[in-house]
Amino acid sequence: MSENVDTTLAPRTTRPPASPISRLFESKQLGWIALAIALLIPLLIATPYSLNVMTTAAIFVLLASGLNIVVGYCGLLDLGYIAFMAVGAYTAGIIAKAFDLPLIFTIPAVIIMTVLAGLIIGAPTLRLRSDYLAIVTLGFGEITRITANNLSITGGPSGIFGIPGLLKIGDFDLQEPAVFYYVTVLVVAAFVLAAARLGKSRLGRAWRFVREDEDAAEAMGIHTYKVKLMAYIFGAVWGGFGGILFAAHLSAVSPQSFVFLQSALVLMAVVLGGMGNMRGVVIGALVISLLPELLRDLSTYRYLVFGLLLVVVMVFRPQGFWPARGYEPERMGDVSDRRLAKGTVR
Amino acid sequence: MTVVLEVKNLQIAFGGVKAVDGLSFSVDAKEIIAVIGPNGAGKTSAFNCITGFYKPSSGAVLLYGQNITGKRPADIAAAGVSRTFQNLRLFPDLTVLDNVRAGMHLYGGQNWLDAILHTPRFKRSEAAYTEEAHHWLDFVGYSGARGVPIRNLSYGQQKHVEIARALARKSGLLLLDEPAAGLNYTEKRDLLDLCQRIRELGTAIVLIEHDMGLVMELSERIVVMNFGKEIADGTPAEVKANPAVIEAYLGKDDDEEVSARGDA
Repeated sequence: MSENVDTTLAPRTTRPPASPISRLFESKQLGWIALAIALLIPLLIATPYSLNVMTTAAIFVLLASGLNIVVGYCGLLDLGYIAFMAVGAYTAGIIAKAFDLPLIFTIPAVIIMTVLAGLIIGAPTLRLRSDYLAIVTLGFGEITRITANNLSITGGPSGIFGIPGLLKIGDFDLQEPAVFYYVTVLVVAAFVLAAARLGKSRLGRAWRFVREDEDAAEAMGIHTYKVKLMAYIFGAVWGGFGGILFAAHLSAVSPQSFVFLQSALVLMAVVLGGMGNMRGVVIGALVISLLPELLRDLSTYRYLVFGLLLVVVMVFRPQGFWPARGYEPERMGDVSDRRLAKGTVR
Repeated sequence: MTVVLEVKNLQIAFGGVKAVDGLSFSVDAKEIIAVIGPNGAGKTSAFNCITGFYKPSSGAVLLYGQNITGKRPADIAAAGVSRTFQNLRLFPDLTVLDNVRAGMHLYGGQNWLDAILHTPRFKRSEAAYTEEAHHWLDFVGYSGARGVPIRNLSYGQQKHVEIARALARKSGLLLLDEPAAGLNYTEKRDLLDLCQRIRELGTAIVLIEHDMGLVMELSERIVVMNFGKEIADGTPAEVKANPAVIEAYLGKDDDEEVSARGDA
């Protein structure tokens, strides 16, 4: 293997997609197929247990897609990402309970609070480079949890319970397990699509420039600090929405849900799936959240097997299941022909 | 002639070492100026001071009469300075086109909401980015694949892409740090031609270069540095005849060696 060779500038062995299978995987319809599968699964298995597991997995996908903006696109290692979910869940829970409002009306407040949280954590720390940033975010994650554990407004160690549902109009209750699953899947799909589209925009490119070479990005007029802060804020908002769904799903929020292990698991989903590639990250998140449930038959050994599988994957696919490919179409067809005709090609 | 860049008594020290010690020169529009000097003379440090990567200890850098001394590199780039680096600083995992698009970041044309909603504005802007990226790659004469990651490219191709990226910034001043290093004879002739065409765009060029043949042929004026100090500033003919330059850089014994290395 080539681990001992400096491969930073050597060509990778990745090739443009060629086989029909890889073409299917790269096709634009794949996301819709995945969404269709997610929406059809309850028709096959709709036990309360399976709905619960699948809803949890969908929320986990949302968290992973948010963290992918921060870690995968922008290259900022965040070890305390779950803090943003905590901010979202607590904000939604406290406001909904205090005013007896359906959770859906707490969305504006959650957006404001998570943007603020992103700014407060990001503004002082984003001047730091990789390793230092990781340690500081780890600290912030724990600070958030311990603060929630000690404040009375957050209900202390026992947290908040009896949080109202998302929305209820007459007999139609979004809290119904099957209905809530569909709502979650649709919300998560929208956020995953939005994150993927952001990744392919001017802002998404700026994030990648910062990840690849901060100085070169700066020399091109990209204000790297602002760009990093944007990544942080987007990640925070994604986490906040995860928090709303989480609060609605369990109708209770407590500090034990936001321990460091949760941050580590979300990060693992991003790394395992393939940093920077939203499709890979979705798969990574599904594996991380569903595998322990599928291994339930192994009872006490299931986390041992889970850990072993993760190690095996990282040995054979160090870039993750499905890393971001640096390929795009050569020419947009007529563009070059038109220019050739105009004679502007030199 | 409008003065694009004015550097006044620029100084920077690292600890006790004065890397740049009193550098002054000015660049007019469409002018090509070379900064030469032995290794360690402070040429790249001067570039880094001008582009904001180092904060000069004293002196001033004026761009179109505006003081840009000590500003953030991104702000200086936005004010109208673009540059290449001595050792290529491309984005190795990103495609050739994406690398050139980096130079176009300041064009704007879309915000994050456009991107999420894929508005017509977003699609127009992305198409314009792509077309413009192809245009600059064509302009520098890049002929390789454009949808592949930079790390798959040869060194010469990467140099082309880096210049294309700097040109896409469309600034009035271009700083090239050793653009000819590692290029063969034909590639150097192409570079010479490219610099002339860049000048026709209305862009002034300041380049650091060790290849004397190239420097003498291309530049209108030459600034010579040695041990951080500026020892000469004049036309190629004046610089060639300057005794201080001959002593410091083109000395009798070194003459052979320098030209031999330059043409290698």
